[in-house]
Amino acid sequence: MMRALRNQKIRGMLFQVLTILGLVAFLWYIGSNTMANIEQRGIKSGFDFLSGTAGFEIDEAPIKFSSSDTHGRVFLVGLINTLIITFIGIIFSTILGLIIGVFRLSNNWLIKKLAAAYIDIFRNIPILLQILFWYNVVLRALPSPKQSINFLDSIFMNNRGLYLPIPDLNTTTISVCISVLVVVVGAFFLNKWANKRQEETGKDFPVLLTSLGALIIIPIITYFISGANFNFDYPALKGFNFRGGKVISPEFLALTFALVIYTATFIAEAVRSGIEAVSKGQKEAAASIGLSSYQSLKLVVLPQAIRIAIPPVINQYLNLAKNSSLAAAVGYPEIVTVFAGISLNQTGQAIEILAITMLVYLTISLIVSAILNWFNHKMKIKER
Amino acid sequence: MAVYEQKQALEAPSSTKGAIHWIKENLFSSPLNTIMTLMGFGFLYIIIPPLLQWAYFDANFVGTTREQCTGDGACWVFIKMKMDMFLYGFYPETELWRLKAIVIMFVALVIGLRFIKSGKVKFGIVFSYFIISLILTAGGIFGLESVPTDKWGGLMLTIVVASVGIVFSFPIGIIVAFGRQSNLPIIRSVCVTYVEMIRGVPLITILFMSSVILPLFFPEGISFDKLLRALIGITLFQAAYVAENIRGGLQAIPKGQYEAADAIGLSYWQKMLLVILPQALKVAIPNLAGAFISLFQDTTLVLIIGLFDLLAMVRITAADSHWLGMETEGYVFVTVIFWAFCYGMSRYSNKLEKQFDTNLK
Repeated sequence: MMRALRNQKIRGMLFQVLTILGLVAFLWYIGSNTMANIEQRGIKSGFDFLSGTAGFEIDEAPIKFSSSDTHGRVFLVGLINTLIITFIGIIFSTILGLIIGVFRLSNNWLIKKLAAAYIDIFRNIPILLQILFWYNVVLRALPSPKQSINFLDSIFMNNRGLYLPIPDLNTTTISVCISVLVVVVGAFFLNKWANKRQEETGKDFPVLLTSLGALIIIPIITYFISGANFNFDYPALKGFNFRGGKVISPEFLALTFALVIYTATFIAEAVRSGIEAVSKGQKEAAASIGLSSYQSLKLVVLPQAIRIAIPPVINQYLNLAKNSSLAAAVGYPEIVTVFAGISLNQTGQAIEILAITMLVYLTISLIVSAILNWFNHKMKIKER
Repeated sequence: MAVYEQKQALEAPSSTKGAIHWIKENLFSSPLNTIMTLMGFGFLYIIIPPLLQWAYFDANFVGTTREQCTGDGACWVFIKMKMDMFLYGFYPETELWRLKAIVIMFVALVIGLRFIKSGKVKFGIVFSYFIISLILTAGGIFGLESVPTDKWGGLMLTIVVASVGIVFSFPIGIIVAFGRQSNLPIIRSVCVTYVEMIRGVPLITILFMSSVILPLFFPEGISFDKLLRALIGITLFQAAYVAENIRGGLQAIPKGQYEAADAIGLSYWQKMLLVILPQALKVAIPNLAGAFISLFQDTTLVLIIGLFDLLAMVRITAADSHWLGMETEGYVFVTVIFWAFCYGMSRYSNKLEKQFDTNLK
């Protein structure tokens, strides 16, 4: 018996069996307690509540929603709002993060120090504090609708939100949008073609300049061809509030500002460490074979920097998605606020609702890590 | 015979040294740089003077009531009068000496530990400090009056949540990290599932779960304190991140170290605790420090489940009818405190990293 216990394999087996037994006993214990508690408190179980009437209004529903809709639709509204805030947050924090990261490496002393100060200040303040600060201090200090801050009589900013003009959906608008899309897709294929040509012939093609030029010129041409008929719906003050246009709520603004400013600090650091990780020898080698500084950046430094910088940046995107759940503190109706908040309070079915909510975030993070694995695999240095 | 006389070397031309040269090189080296510099100064000019005006020159420092705040700037009197609330929440005034004693002991500890060499003694002292602090804060034994946790608040609650989270998540995280590296498949998959599940969801859902669902898990009669529920949630959350960071450290340890430990006949735990873990922790320090800083920031989330941490105190103190509209001052004050803690921690971790840097390459 004692000898058997000294055998590593047997001990390992024993240890695992004990773990399983312990785990099963624990799950059985909490499971039976939960059943008993639910029964005693008269909480319903199962997923029937998803088709029950919600009975409350949601202010910023991206899809049609009224109080007679179901909790299932509440879930949908929350999910779409989560995706919206994540998408917008990712775009703006990438732009801001890139700018700050490049500033951080600038040879201008003042700009370098300002960027460093930005990073040191904002990454050390809790994100929830930043959200509340924007919401309760900055946006609440804005004037009332009558004294709105006014840009060119078309964009208005007041304590009820940001009012933007929106273009009518007519032929011009749609064709301009389509032309932009076509240029973007075209640029992608142009890039592929240029890369291939360069590998074969060594000739360089100015992809960036060409696509930027096309991005400006082609939509303008489309605009005139399709009738030059941009018709905006302008917001206008009617009575005590604005009508028309698109209103962006203070909750959304506070959340976006805070998420973008906070996440950008991490993206900036990732960009910086990616560029700094490219060894000096690489740049010197590029210079010695006669590449210009733009060529050296494009052909030598960036391809290596991106490989290092992208994984942490993608992780930050995931963090941004998770941090968007803090909307609960200001009441922007994303999934945690409306579904894990109001719906949970109304139905009392905490287990089902929290399980669904957590599953949503788990799915998002599984998708992100799948993308990350794909990227790492694709970017792996191919050794010959 | 001509004698060679060495002449004094000429000084470098004034255009390549001195302050003016530095300014030229670093601020105005090209037209683009000049524009950027001017924009930078412009930005500072827009931000800094009004801020100083508000926070210092026009601010009110003396007085005890709101009416004495007559200047245009900040009313720091509010912070001064509500300081006890910000620091200790609703902790009874007669018992505040207990919290102050803990702070004094902390300072003594930081100084005293420098003179102690033995790691075991150090660990023992820190551990007993932790226990004594818990007893002092909660009370209930040794004739100390019990202070229920709903009276805890402010910076004190923030520190309680953060330190309990850090201290308890550490051992759990180490065990889970070992489990993830273990070659027993069931143990490994249990640990992987735990870490990936927790890391995939936001802390707020875990806090909701620990505050709403946790009570359902236990038989009627066992009731958890609201604070305890939050602490369980935060510790389990943090343990997953600690485990992931330590795993990163473990993976950086060359296989030869494991084999050498096996070769001299160490048992599994001797091998892991005496040989592998000390090296792995050294590698993991920067990431662990990052995880602890974000834990400190994440403690603010407990306000969403109704605990009164430092951030929640802003809303509570500003709701006082004598001090309406003082939220800005409150937020600025709390921001400065959080920033100072987090920045201090990141600086300290940089120092530790350098101190432990035993570059063996």
